[in-house]
Amino acid sequence: MSGQVTPEMVAEHGLNDEEYERILAALGRAPNYTELGIYSVMWSEHCSYKSSKVHLKTLPTEAPWVICGPGENAGVIDIGDGQAAIFKMESHNHPSYIEPYQGAATGVGGILRDVFTMGARPVANLNALRFGDPDHPKTRHLVSGVVAGIGGYGNCVGVPTVGGETEFDHSYNGNILVNAMTVGIAETDKIFYSAAAGIGNPVVYVGSKTGRDGIHGATMASAEFSEDSEEKRPTVQVGDPFTEKLLIEACLELMASDAIVAIQDMGAAGLTSSSVEMASKGGVGFELDLDKVPQREAGMAPYEIMLSESQERMLIVLKPDRQDLAQGIFEKWGLDFAVIGRITDTGRLRILCGGEVEADIPIASLVDDTPEYERPWVAGPAAPLLAVDDVPASNDLGAALLKLLGGPNLSSRRWIWEQYDHMVMADTLGSGRPGGDAAVVRVHGTNKGLAMCTDCTPRYVEADPEEGGKQAVAETWRNLTACGAKPLAITDCLNFGNPERPEIMGQFALAVRGIGEACRALEYPVVSGNVSFYNETNGKAIKPTPTIGGLGLIADLAHRASPAFGAKGDAILLIGKTKGHLGASRFLKEILGRTDGAPPPVDLVAERRNGDFVRSLIETGRLTCCHDLSDGGLLVALSEMVLAGRIGAEIDAPNDLALHAWAFGEDQARYLLALQPDDAEAVLSEAEKASVPAQRIGTVGGTSLKIKWLFEVGLEDLEAAHGGWFDRYMSRLDK
Amino acid sequence: MKAAVIVYPGSNCDRDIAVALEKVTGRKPLMVWHGESDFEAVDVIALPGGFSYGDYLRSGAIAARSPVTAEVVKRAAAGVPTIGVCNGFQVLTETGLLPGALMRNANLKFVCKDVHLKVENAATIFSNAFDKDQVIRLPVAHHDGNYFADPATIEALEAEGRVVFRYVNADGSSGNGANPNGSRNDIAGIVNQQGNVLGMMPHPERLIEQALGGADGRALFESLAQAIDKTAG
Repeated sequence: MSGQVTPEMVAEHGLNDEEYERILAALGRAPNYTELGIYSVMWSEHCSYKSSKVHLKTLPTEAPWVICGPGENAGVIDIGDGQAAIFKMESHNHPSYIEPYQGAATGVGGILRDVFTMGARPVANLNALRFGDPDHPKTRHLVSGVVAGIGGYGNCVGVPTVGGETEFDHSYNGNILVNAMTVGIAETDKIFYSAAAGIGNPVVYVGSKTGRDGIHGATMASAEFSEDSEEKRPTVQVGDPFTEKLLIEACLELMASDAIVAIQDMGAAGLTSSSVEMASKGGVGFELDLDKVPQREAGMAPYEIMLSESQERMLIVLKPDRQDLAQGIFEKWGLDFAVIGRITDTGRLRILCGGEVEADIPIASLVDDTPEYERPWVAGPAAPLLAVDDVPASNDLGAALLKLLGGPNLSSRRWIWEQYDHMVMADTLGSGRPGGDAAVVRVHGTNKGLAMCTDCTPRYVEADPEEGGKQAVAETWRNLTACGAKPLAITDCLNFGNPERPEIMGQFALAVRGIGEACRALEYPVVSGNVSFYNETNGKAIKPTPTIGGLGLIADLAHRASPAFGAKGDAILLIGKTKGHLGASRFLKEILGRTDGAPPPVDLVAERRNGDFVRSLIETGRLTCCHDLSDGGLLVALSEMVLAGRIGAEIDAPNDLALHAWAFGEDQARYLLALQPDDAEAVLSEAEKASVPAQRIGTVGGTSLKIKWLFEVGLEDLEAAHGGWFDRYMSRLDK
Repeated sequence: MKAAVIVYPGSNCDRDIAVALEKVTGRKPLMVWHGESDFEAVDVIALPGGFSYGDYLRSGAIAARSPVTAEVVKRAAAGVPTIGVCNGFQVLTETGLLPGALMRNANLKFVCKDVHLKVENAATIFSNAFDKDQVIRLPVAHHDGNYFADPATIEALEAEGRVVFRYVNADGSSGNGANPNGSRNDIAGIVNQQGNVLGMMPHPERLIEQALGGADGRALFESLAQAIDKTAG
């Protein structure tokens, strides 16, 4: 073995003294350089979840329809007829800030692999993006690079990018968030796991060759940024979506046979984490000969080969008599195929290179006996509840509406999604194209559909992490419900600052508590996810951003709803209680420049009752126009329905509530519906029986959004405001 | 009508066009892998959309030199109806079966959206189920759809009625952003001189049923089926 390890090297690898002592104890000797690198990535926050584990354990992960919860590459849920949906969301924040195109592209590539590794054909991508202030000098460059990278990768692999969200906020100036989600579909009897088995079975490497890119990506993702972050560009991987497309087809072709014992993609920490996780789950050892690893360049050190994060690579344990079959498939697709090792009964990871033993480590010390921290945390001060009177009334509601709709955060995202192929595979449903509450993708060859969305309101989480955590879950549940889907499960992508700071750890602990409460109340478990800490630059953290990806099932696509207003004369109903909650609202921030107040409380019982009521109307074919209320409140939601249907609406303002609070309050558990007047009467009386607050607030018709006695905005003006901002901003015409 | 769909490494609309062909004709198309230099006789050959060979070098350039393409060129030259959609159009220009080239979109960005097309020529085997001057709606999804040819070629295409589809607004007018990629004369699809090879950037296979948001693409496959069944009958 080679390489003397010095205390400086230990520190550079992000390991503290106590952690180094643990390594000495596990090995019974000092590690060499390669071994130090392996411990460093396996014990990094990114791979080990050492700060988050104690909290994540509290999340509900089970339901009768859950086939596989957290711990595998992605979560698996039963969608009936012998089919399963497999999905997960993951962050690629740090790389995307340093090199936006490749960072975002490889984020998409990585999450796709997590899903097809398990036997699913990926059928949809979504992404939740958060950028800094639009005026920040880097923002345009980052938006343009990230969007091009997501499109460049997703379009080429031929998986439609169907939804997501984009937000601008100054807290992301030095640390953007790129959270990518993939949904795939598999047969329930053809799901593949990562636990290696069968002593002597061959360990096979397939896909792209290994190069020097991405070394220490996982470690980079586990530290804060500073001014010299640009120097970390070499730690960003480079993606090749063409190879990924071939890898998807080759793996799915192999999976149709019975050749595979276990399979795992090489993601963060590359060959190291994939081999260690497979061995650990199977309770076996691995012996790998690095001379056999396909390499892009000569002279790579064992350390580099083990830590490389080169993309589009998989590790497979094959049944020994199926090696020729597998090799034939990968050769047909023009991909590398190499037997690089065997499974052993030693429980150790043994790495050979040039005939020398380069590493010999007990697997358990890398996975099970890892550092685990119950980090101290404190709750931040509670934000005060704002009364309606605490917020000055707006004297021009129409102007406020146009300002909100035409602002960075509520304007149309068309500029983004037109750069994504959102229709390839020809199963993206018409009204489910980007812009609706949730995207709807038909399960190929059937009449059922998957609804999917991502949501988080970071300003709520900042003001009250527990309520904010609940709200993020509830909003996805509502979005799925609004299109007629039964919400089944979530994936969470938890983006926070430095967990070593008690106030950040407090945000995390409380947000996770809120997520758990909402999941339990809504029977909507967490089946996969990822934690991204250290989203800070120069000691300044991002707003806490636990992004939730929701998945639901529409059993019969003939019965679903979209936000578009339909026929003239339809009655417009508002479901849910409107109190006019303006604390932490979009109105408060964009119109009054204030960010104070507690976020809207989330009443999970009301959420469930109101949502179940609305869904039952859609499922029984009585309702086809429905929209949830969220960011920006009632008038923003009404405008979106007018724009989607290209028909106006006439609304009665209330006389028992301050108008600005009615118009822009962000009370939760609310929906807008439109249906024939006769049906509307029936629905109102059924709602009353079900204790669901419901009232008729207006009628569909005309070519404007008219609030009687107050103001009227024409369809064209709404469209100009809503549709114009992004183009103007990106072409620098906004000044 | 028996169709073959050519599958290059990186094709990603092969399944979509196969599904559309099967839905309209009732027959499952033959899927032909790029390495096969011969395949059974078919009535129609389809080159699908996607990113053959990752669009490396130039979109369509490597596919045009693939073993199967030599056979496609031979059969197309002998009169077998051949349709190339999106990347398939790019491959057809790279082989020389169709004139001109597809350059990067004028705004340099990938574009995926519905566009309106005017059926300029409803007398081809690909468009006889449409009416002349009918305005239809189909999606585009490409980075390199900006059709270019020298002025003499463009003039010949126009004079010979070989421009089959042209980008227009919903009311059939031109200008005002109707053209999504900057192509010359708003050209969206053309045929060769013999009229048996069509290349088009928009994706007819993506809009063949109302559930997907429209069915205007259906008539293209119906045209082919009619023309071929007539020849056969």
